[in-house]
Amino acid sequence: MLFNITVCPKPHLDDCVGRNITHKIQEALGIHVHETHVAQVFTVEGLDTAGVERAVAEGVLHDPVLHDAFLTPPPSQADYVLEVGFRPGVTDNVARTARETLGLVLGGKESIQVYTALQYHFTTSAGRAAVEHIAADLLANALIQRYSIKSKAEWQAEPGFAPVAARVTGAASNEVAVIPLASMSDSAMEDFSKANTLALSLEEMHAVRAHYAQPEVQATRRSMGLPEDPTDAEIEVLAQTWSEHCKHKIFSAAIQYENKETGRREAINSLYKTCIQRPTAMMRKQMGEKDYCRSVFKDNAGVVAFTDSHDVCIKVETHNSPSALDPYGGALTGIVGVNRDPMGTGMGAELVCNMDVFCFASPFYEGELPPRLLHPRRVMEGVREGVEHGGNKSGVPTVNGSVVFHERFLGKPLVYCGTVGMLPRMLHGKPGHEKKANPGDAIVMVGGRIGKDGIHGATFSSEELHEGSPVTAVQIGDPITQRKMYDCVIRARNLGLYSAITDNGAGGLSSSVGEMAEDTGGCELDLAKAPLKYDGMKPWEILLSEAQERMTLAVPQENLAAFLALAKEMDVEATSLGHYTDSGFFHVTYAGKNVALLPMEFLHDGVPQMQLEAEWVRPAAFPQGNDVLLKNNVPCQFEDAVGQHTGGHGGFLLDMMGTLNICSKEYLIRQYDHEVKGGSVVKPLVGVMRDGPADAAVVRPLLDSEAGLVLSHGICPKFSDADTYWMMANAIDEAVRNAVAVGADPTTLAGVDNFCWCDPVQSEKTPDGKYKLAQLVRANKALEQYCLGFGVPCVSGKDSMKNDFMGGGEKISIPPTVLFSVLGNIHNVNKAVTSDFKTEGEAIFLLGRTANELAGSEAAEALGLAGGAVPQVDLLAAKTRYALVHQAMQQGLISACHDLSDGGLAVALAEMALGGRLGARVNLARVLAEKGLGVAALLYSESASRLLVTVRREHLAAFQQLMGTHMGFDAALIGNVANTGTLVVAHGDNEVLRLDVEELAEAFKATLRW
Amino acid sequence: MAPTVKTLVITGYGTNCEHECAHAAKAAGADEAVIAHFADLVAGRVRLGDFQFLIFPGGFLDGDDLGAAQAAAQRWQHTVTASGASLLEELSAFVASGGLVLGICNGFQLMVKLGLLPALDLAYFTRQVSLTHNASARYEDRWCHLKVNQQSPCVFTKGLESLYVPVRHGEGRLVPNSPETLERLVKENLVVVQYAHPETGEVTMEYPLNPNGSPQGIAGLCDPTGRVFGLMPHPEAFNHPTNHPSWTRGDKPTLGLVVFENAIRHLRGLA
Repeated sequence: MLFNITVCPKPHLDDCVGRNITHKIQEALGIHVHETHVAQVFTVEGLDTAGVERAVAEGVLHDPVLHDAFLTPPPSQADYVLEVGFRPGVTDNVARTARETLGLVLGGKESIQVYTALQYHFTTSAGRAAVEHIAADLLANALIQRYSIKSKAEWQAEPGFAPVAARVTGAASNEVAVIPLASMSDSAMEDFSKANTLALSLEEMHAVRAHYAQPEVQATRRSMGLPEDPTDAEIEVLAQTWSEHCKHKIFSAAIQYENKETGRREAINSLYKTCIQRPTAMMRKQMGEKDYCRSVFKDNAGVVAFTDSHDVCIKVETHNSPSALDPYGGALTGIVGVNRDPMGTGMGAELVCNMDVFCFASPFYEGELPPRLLHPRRVMEGVREGVEHGGNKSGVPTVNGSVVFHERFLGKPLVYCGTVGMLPRMLHGKPGHEKKANPGDAIVMVGGRIGKDGIHGATFSSEELHEGSPVTAVQIGDPITQRKMYDCVIRARNLGLYSAITDNGAGGLSSSVGEMAEDTGGCELDLAKAPLKYDGMKPWEILLSEAQERMTLAVPQENLAAFLALAKEMDVEATSLGHYTDSGFFHVTYAGKNVALLPMEFLHDGVPQMQLEAEWVRPAAFPQGNDVLLKNNVPCQFEDAVGQHTGGHGGFLLDMMGTLNICSKEYLIRQYDHEVKGGSVVKPLVGVMRDGPADAAVVRPLLDSEAGLVLSHGICPKFSDADTYWMMANAIDEAVRNAVAVGADPTTLAGVDNFCWCDPVQSEKTPDGKYKLAQLVRANKALEQYCLGFGVPCVSGKDSMKNDFMGGGEKISIPPTVLFSVLGNIHNVNKAVTSDFKTEGEAIFLLGRTANELAGSEAAEALGLAGGAVPQVDLLAAKTRYALVHQAMQQGLISACHDLSDGGLAVALAEMALGGRLGARVNLARVLAEKGLGVAALLYSESASRLLVTVRREHLAAFQQLMGTHMGFDAALIGNVANTGTLVVAHGDNEVLRLDVEELAEAFKATLRW
Repeated sequence: MAPTVKTLVITGYGTNCEHECAHAAKAAGADEAVIAHFADLVAGRVRLGDFQFLIFPGGFLDGDDLGAAQAAAQRWQHTVTASGASLLEELSAFVASGGLVLGICNGFQLMVKLGLLPALDLAYFTRQVSLTHNASARYEDRWCHLKVNQQSPCVFTKGLESLYVPVRHGEGRLVPNSPETLERLVKENLVVVQYAHPETGEVTMEYPLNPNGSPQGIAGLCDPTGRVFGLMPHPEAFNHPTNHPSWTRGDKPTLGLVVFENAIRHLRGLA
């Protein structure tokens, strides 16, 4: 029998949760609701009346100081009541905790089931249609939730909603289907791939068919009792192992690249090998003894040196497609998922910190939404909350991040989540970053159970998002199950109980066991032993499920009992599913029945290399060597465009401070714990009022040491339409510059590249594929050149290549975007520097030259100007500058340092001023700039590699001497910090703008003060 | 010779500030700081009786899914150890024997839900107050000024007038079970720390100086013995000068470690 226990806030207490919902409805939908009260409904199965009465009497699910709990529908005077519950099979964390707690208090956990729902009681004069709108477009996501509405009359006639058990029904199954590949026509194969979300191309299907047609393969299969044609599980395993998501086929492709501009043709055999792996290998060789890379590209995260006792590792992932469908679940799964990468690196790393970078369309978007796309504001709020819950509940500080807005992210939001981990340098006499499974080791799965969630995640994300994208690809992370697993894994690691570990991400067991089996050359996996969330899964589904919060370990047989006992004690599920072998086969059974038998070599190396063509033609809007800006296709003077602002230069700067890309993200930052673990040194917000933006994060992961880590990033999709080469160069430069700005030693940096592209394969769907691939080639060329130039080896990276939306006859492709993240060392955190002005009288230096580079700039965007010259990066000058800045910081000569990026000099100055709540007097005539550059361009050009630093009077001589010893070092003393509380900018004798610092702060903070 | 101070920091099921709490205890002079998983207590490998200073750190016990620490409080109430002993009785004996208990953030929430605080009339293990959603209905991370009640019997805050430490929570607003309870908390000086205005030093209800709308700015409570103390802000997160949000401006107020130092001084019989 089902019982509903409804928990309501006590009527005399302030219901702030309800008030917050009321506010959100008003802000997001413009619907006025007078009052909202929120009740939590627990639908309980497996208890008798006495049991639920005891649960209520003892306050098991509610707090008697705060709540009233009802076994009958609660009294309600609401005009409408909306109930939102989960659909069957969707992760329900509150229900899991409720079930465990009921089981603990009342006993009989195994027979208890709990399902939860939220009930919103609205007092409103808005009608039923408005409540439907609230449900459909704010409080419920039809993909994962169901909802019901009752009016006051309906409630009074029949109070409450009938209890709903979101039960997954089905019987245990050992069904293995055979796919008659040998007899399929080409079109049948293509249809089969599409219908099953396999994302296998015809060429790949042919390769699979050819493999199965080989006489020796057929003989082996016969001898093992398998059909000659592939089983469903085999096709699924191949599809996911060969997916773009897992195999990076585009980055591995053979590309014919033609630069139409120069007429040069070039054959590239794998961008990944040539432009990413090779430079790192060259740098490592060059560094010789001093090589600080420990493990690159091969593990779940890249490992680099930190202190004598510890190494650190970093991984950044994207979770774009799931976040488009269910922003909360997608982002939560993204952050909790990337946490498992360090956990599964080497012998398992402890987590240090997270970073998140999001790309959205404007939350104030007012246009029509193509079918199935969610409003950007809803996407942003969902993603924010998902990362909040994922990061905060996991106890990992979110120390760095940014939000980038561009209209084309309407098609697909980008959600980058990164995690830094820390490993003991040596563990049980072996380097901590090394691991190896041995034949005979048990395959042990630890953590959550397997469900249908996330089936086809890898293949799904290897396709564009369309109206019929599968719902099972959506998952909701469970940070507590993962936290419990993490506690257990780290203890087992310290006890030396396992020989290898990896995470279950895309592809689930198929991928984790398949990869680890490469160590030994095979495995025997019995799916019947796998713990399931519910019955009704076929063997291939168990194998492919991407249900979260699981790690796969290789546990030596002699440690197996101890390991399983430890897990049991720590309340963590751990199951032995078989063992690793050296048979050469990935062999999967279900209680003795054959499910899959794949030769390891074919599984991992059988995918045919893609042959692609790329063709670079410079976009007509951005002709080479032309810096003319266009308004409505007509040349336009930037100085005039800015000068026409009714508020003059001052008014324009205030507008700029409030643009989405520049404005304060305090709203998000404060809702993320950025200090847990106790090692925070430079926080995301700095300055007197804690509202100035920091350039990068500094953390001290070893609390008894003063050695620190710096985490920074660069991302500038705004330059992609002009030239992805300069987009990439600027992103790297920005990441390095940000790291140096807070005190990172530029000789210790490690990079992570995360490419998010739109489909670059020429096809009917993508008629401009050759151009998009050329964009990819150019970005990679810049990556190679600038990583080598700056001496920043990439140690890890990822790509997501199908960020397009198709629906309602429309295609939206994101601007090609690369997040370049940098992890560096700061040997003594006491030398870290922040961006806020410190004291009156300090000299302000602008380091670097300013050119007329306004393409993609925030000012051009604000003014609706196209074209122009994109910022170029002078590698040698930048590198010298960063080294000198670091030297000056080491000598304590710099009191504040801030990078110039979005909004150029004007915005950087304003940010430093508001951070310190101090004014400044600056003379633009002193800026080292291209000849004839106007005032507006001096203020808003986004030329690369520039920094503002302040120097105290007593250090001025030493600073100038240090700078002076380096010929060609472009440092200009442009003004002084003033205690007037006013930022005054002049050009020679002409005052350009004069703004109160408080006014700047207000403009900076108003836009996203939600 | 001063007595040995052994600190026990409890973790597991979503606790996540155990390392910085142990570090703070060590840095403040504890002879030992052991981090034990709840499972270690259940297995009997670790016994509360072997320690003098017990810390319940911050985190998200069971995800705070039923409300902060609600599920965890029941785990403490209903769990028996491998040898059949009640954990709650062990905890009760620990307090009775003169041990010190400090709960921070989620640890404070746990103590309140367990009824370990405020324990008016020394009625331990009855829930007299609770902690609920911040008035903003939001989780927030920000630093707050605290006024210390020098009339309080709390041994952790002896000699302190103010503190500046971060809050990082979504459920920090105190709700008493009755108006009388609130009156008695104030009258009996069980209110130890209150959110205060940095300029006047006076208790404030002004957001965000008072980050959660807690009545009378209440940020932390002690029991009538002063040996059991819980607070929403994180003193352990201010364990090094560079934790301070404006240390690069030369700001260096008292470290949060002072709370741990006071505890250890008390246990050594020096205060």
